[in-house]
Amino acid sequence: MAYSDKVIDHYTNPKNVGTLDKAKTNVGTGLVGAPECGDVMRLQIEVDEESGLISDAKFKTFGCGSAIASSSLATEWLKGKTVDQALAIDNMDIVEELNLPPVKIHCSVLAEDAIKAAINDYRVKNGLPELVAEKSVH
Amino acid sequence: MNMELKLPIYLDNNATTPMDPRVLEAMFPYFVEKFGNAASRNHSFGWVAEEAVDYAREQVAKLINADPKEIIFTSGATEGDNLAIKGVYEMYASKGNHIITCTTEHKAVLDTCKHIEKTGGQVTYLEVQPDGLIDLAQLEAAITDQTILISIMYGNNETGVIQDVKAISKIARKHGVLFFTDATQAVGKIPVDVQADGIDLMTFSGHKMYGPKGVGALYVRRKNPRVKVTAQMDGGGHERGMRSGTLNVPGIVGLGKACELCMNEMESEAKRLSAMRDRLQEGLMVLEETYVNGNTEHRLPHTANISFKYVEGEGLMMGFNKDIALSSGSACTSASLEPSYVLKALGLGDDLAHSSLRFGLGRFTTDEQIDYTIDAVKNTVTKLREMSPLWEMFKEGVDINAIEWAHH
Ligand SMILES: Cc1ncc(COP(=O)(O)O)c(C=O)c1O
Ligand code: FES
Repeated sequence: MAYSDKVIDHYTNPKNVGTLDKAKTNVGTGLVGAPECGDVMRLQIEVDEESGLISDAKFKTFGCGSAIASSSLATEWLKGKTVDQALAIDNMDIVEELNLPPVKIHCSVLAEDAIKAAINDYRVKNGLPELVAEKSVH
Repeated sequence: MNMELKLPIYLDNNATTPMDPRVLEAMFPYFVEKFGNAASRNHSFGWVAEEAVDYAREQVAKLINADPKEIIFTSGATEGDNLAIKGVYEMYASKGNHIITCTTEHKAVLDTCKHIEKTGGQVTYLEVQPDGLIDLAQLEAAITDQTILISIMYGNNETGVIQDVKAISKIARKHGVLFFTDATQAVGKIPVDVQADGIDLMTFSGHKMYGPKGVGALYVRRKNPRVKVTAQMDGGGHERGMRSGTLNVPGIVGLGKACELCMNEMESEAKRLSAMRDRLQEGLMVLEETYVNGNTEHRLPHTANISFKYVEGEGLMMGFNKDIALSSGSACTSASLEPSYVLKALGLGDDLAHSSLRFGLGRFTTDEQIDYTIDAVKNTVTKLREMSPLWEMFKEGVDINAIEWAHH
């Protein structure tokens, strides 16, 4: 299977690889997937408390090229958004942007799950109730 | 960059080998000029074709120390697996209905066995030890008075592990059970001798030994004991009634030539390839948390299967698959999303199976290509580990197995 140019680009020059301090109350961390499934994604957001905007986002991913590209793209999209706007990111947006074939849709689902998990972590840390996402089926 | 380096590099010779130009040259006349049907007994076109087939049969037989009459031409190893297993099962139905095989066999064997189970046969799937070898005591203990066939492959396509064929055949003989081996990865690469090895039936394939695709051979012993298989296709009764269908003369000529070349060059080639393979392996093993899968002592000279923990195989291949062709045991490369069942049968966790690459060297692999591959794989592993949350956890001493992963 050939990869789209955009996947190759994110894979070759991934954006926002790294680690934020998960002890900080304004940092939310989402860790999704499982080593046994061949994919683990960790996505982190840092929220600027004054503006309520996501000021930074980082990821680390163990997975295929599409998973790496999905998380790289997700971190780019997250920056500058409010938490509520971030919640609206749908995995199909990622599929469309990266031109993922059907067998790679689950890689984008993982990225959406990682965003939601990071937001939930942030909410819980800040005394907000956890959002129950509808269970995605992989 | 070295002047002599030829890109892209093909290191997937266990999937298929390029054809040797000398094989193509031998086949060439048999498409247009000498197109006869080897079964046409009444004119020179047929005689020429028959002569070519007879010659190829001798070349094939010689490589494995068989009699030419014991060679049945097939369309490849898959057909040979089916014909041997189903053919014995049907031919010896009055003797019993039990077959013994193992979990690391090729799908052509495993799925044939599953088919037999559906028709009422009994199949024992022996588990392999962590090094990929079967336990001979377990094999012997699995034999019952209903056992008619032991089907254990010679060399494994994913790990290269070579089973102790001589010991297996001894056990089979002792109990009066036939022994079939899928030697697709071994014939032409290492010495295979049906007499010394005590093999009753054996399949192999042209396209794994620098010959053409779509042609192979099934060895069926004619003496001590005389073995017969029930034909799986009805028709003109070619190949001593065991395999009907007009013979693929150019393919057979190519297979014969491929066998002759292997016969002449195997010894030096195996030496050259195992030296290159070892160099490749050592070059990669300098990376931390890197593991060779399967027994390294009993292993095909051209194969190495290596897991790079904390990076995923498909992501890894993407780092260099523009220049290097090889395959991974990771699920993401397969439609099933299940990682390699062969590696799992060796007891590897799914995580290590997902992190594996299979290197399959071949006749046309060069030292420069190996150097390039070592560098490319090392660089990509290092880069991806920097990107891997699991690597970070490992480095921080976090117990990854203690984390509650959300399985899906
Ligand atoms: C061990 C083994 N058996 C059987 C086969 C199938 O061979 P063929 O492609 O000739 O049907 C292969 C090739 O993938 C193999 O490696
Ligand atoms: S993570 Fe499995 S295919 Fe992408």
